[in-house]
Amino acid sequence: MYNFEFVKPSNVADALAALASEEAQALGGGQTLIPTMKQRLASPEKLVSLLGISEMQGVDVSGNIVTIGGATTHANVAAADAFSGLTGLASGIGDPAVRNRGTIGGSLANNDPAACYPAAALATGATIVTNSREILADDYFQGMFTTALKEVEIITAVRIPVPLASNYQKFEQPASRFALVGVFVAKYVDGVRVAITGASENGVFRWSEAEAALSVNFSYDAISSLSVDASDMISDLHGTKEYRANLVRVLTGRAVLSAS
Amino acid sequence: MQNISIKINGKSVSGSVEGRTLLVEFLRNDLNLTGTHVGCDTSQCGACTIHVNGVAVKSCTMFAAEADGFSVDTIEGQENADGSLNKIQQAFQDHHGLQCGFCTPGMVMSAADLLKNNSTPTEAEIRTHLDGNICRCTGYHNIVKAIMAASGQDVSAIAAE
Ligand SMILES: Cc1cc2nc3c(=O)[nH]c(=O)nc-3n(C[C@H](O)[C@H](O)[C@H](O)COP(=O)(O)OP(=O)(O)OC[C@H]3O[C@@H](n4cnc5c(N)ncnc54)[C@H](O)[C@@H]3O)c2cc1C
Ligand code: FES
Ligand code: FES
Repeated sequence: MYNFEFVKPSNVADALAALASEEAQALGGGQTLIPTMKQRLASPEKLVSLLGISEMQGVDVSGNIVTIGGATTHANVAAADAFSGLTGLASGIGDPAVRNRGTIGGSLANNDPAACYPAAALATGATIVTNSREILADDYFQGMFTTALKEVEIITAVRIPVPLASNYQKFEQPASRFALVGVFVAKYVDGVRVAITGASENGVFRWSEAEAALSVNFSYDAISSLSVDASDMISDLHGTKEYRANLVRVLTGRAVLSAS
Repeated sequence: MQNISIKINGKSVSGSVEGRTLLVEFLRNDLNLTGTHVGCDTSQCGACTIHVNGVAVKSCTMFAAEADGFSVDTIEGQENADGSLNKIQQAFQDHHGLQCGFCTPGMVMSAADLLKNNSTPTEAEIRTHLDGNICRCTGYHNIVKAIMAASGQDVSAIAAE
């Protein structure tokens, strides 16, 4: 790994000032970035740790909104007194040591096509709050590893409207423990949203046919005869396009049956 | 280089590290605490598991500078005050929870992390908690049995495998 300067500011303004220099990069929990730097796929000259910023920590539930600080670890979300779809998803990411370091901001900024949080954010219509603006999840995810974030912009918080019922189903890729396919189903007064991770070449997406069917009838039967087009699905040694397309329907059904 | 100070196994330690120095490198190379192992260096195997501020962390996936001002516990600090093996270590020995022993420091630290929050875990809870700890030798059975025994549960009905 190439060497770099390490800084750990205690507030957002100082972090932005540090990030303004050439080749500076934000460091969340490092559970993606450190392995990437070891492979020399990233070589920042300065790393700006966000974990010392107290205003970016913690989970707050007030009324119908859960607000999660951008530097909150997966373990702290898993342990929070929030809706079960969200805490269940957080408690299934990676393994305990990964959850004790990895953060929601890092996961959403990275937008790995097999990551879990993008499915939760998209299915709940979350708002991604940065140092300068608020971005709706529908506008935020722009394909694998691509987001609406600009060069010097950090996720300070994520606001999630609490669903009436929700569930996340993840079919683990057994070696990496990432999602081979993951489905988040969230039911609201005005309809149901279904977001799929792990499956598509275009990253996380909403399965609109299932949303329409489940909004009329929130049951397994409503989607049991639907299918997604396999042509856009990822194909690799862990599963073919058709296998992933089938998992999308199966896991959506399980999520509906388990939603609470 | 930057100066850091960390409380390691209860003792204050200072050192000078590069930005890129991993916490496990600081422990092993600078402090000669070689009980923490590096199995993969790719965040997968958990041989490098230690506790940072009381929670399990992969020390190959954290920079030493990130731990400045924190408290760190490693396998070297796990023994009882009189130098004997602690109950988890003793249970690994009693129940053959290791073969080559390479994964063992990480297994013991992960087990300690589990038992702190869940004093009598079920077999399923132990297996789930060890998701990030890979063992090439044992097949896990006796590791799980050792952790159940360390938590005071009766393992006499679990066959040796
Ligand atoms: C063994 C293992 C298993 C895993 N399993 C899963 C899994 O099952 N599901 C899953 O979803 N993930 C999984 N992960 C990934 C894990 O969740 C990471 O924690 C996460 O992807 C990145 O978060 P981080 O805080 O570690 O970010 P980092 O690695 O620190 O950073 C990742 C990227 O985000 C940027 N960044 C970090 N924080 C912010 C911020 N607040 N604002 C803007 N940019 C930011 C960084 O500059 C970098 O580009 C796994 C990782 C490992 C090592
Ligand atoms: S050496 Fe750290 S996880 Fe394998
Ligand atoms: S005992 Fe050899 S790797 Fe676990």
